[in-house]
Amino acid sequence: METFEFTIKGGDFKSIGYVSNTIKKIMHARNINPRDSRRIAVAIFEVETNIILYATQGTISVLFDNDKITVLARDEGMGIADVALAMREGYTTASDDIRRLGFGAGLGLSNIKKNSDITWISSIVNKGTQIVLIFFLTLVL
Amino acid sequence: MEITVKKLAEHLQLKCISGCDGLQKVVRGVYVSDLLSDVVGHAEEAQLWITLHTHPNIVAVATLKNLSAIIISGGRIPESETIEASEKQQIPILLSSQTTFQLSGQIYRLLYADNEENRIS
Repeated sequence: METFEFTIKGGDFKSIGYVSNTIKKIMHARNINPRDSRRIAVAIFEVETNIILYATQGTISVLFDNDKITVLARDEGMGIADVALAMREGYTTASDDIRRLGFGAGLGLSNIKKNSDITWISSIVNKGTQIVLIFFLTLVL
Repeated sequence: MEITVKKLAEHLQLKCISGCDGLQKVVRGVYVSDLLSDVVGHAEEAQLWITLHTHPNIVAVATLKNLSAIIISGGRIPESETIEASEKQQIPILLSSQTTFQLSGQIYRLLYADNEENRIS
């Protein structure tokens, strides 16, 4: 197993996409099935975006196994009051500044759920959020 | 109809401002949206993306989704960091003073006018 770790600074809007694009390149180099690679990249993009938009700081670890990829994200910040509600497409608490950039449409968490095989989100308001995502890989024959 | 970004830009008289090394990429359809998570969730590889955003995150999204190019509509000018990022990623950014609606109509006609099934009656 190999792990890649990233530290993320809240509010660093311009770095959105760095983690997902880096992992995308690694997946490509490892011949991960393109369909898996696409959905994993989408989910990681949303995870890093959420940390940058809503938390003060966080980390993302991506663990590569032969048959699966696991994403562990942990942040310190405002947290999510009602995870089930936040998962609903269109639900958002984003500020006008965030919306002006084209984020905060209430699609992020549902994009994460749609694209991962196992989605686990745990959050404490004013503490932070932890996310575990597991993606089972399709073998390329 | 399969067309390169370069040919499409010529037809529509769009100016390539950066990432022009990627002009030979093939355009396989178009996605129109200003919600980044919508593009991330639904745009498909080799599509051209029309947006009004000018910040560097649009290049991150286009790179992530392997989009062929970005058209910024409404006469907006991208930020310098957006230009730098598009150069680095070789994602062409084309500029247009037209609205997203006008551009969409023109590109639709260009890509699908010969195809009876797709013609708008």
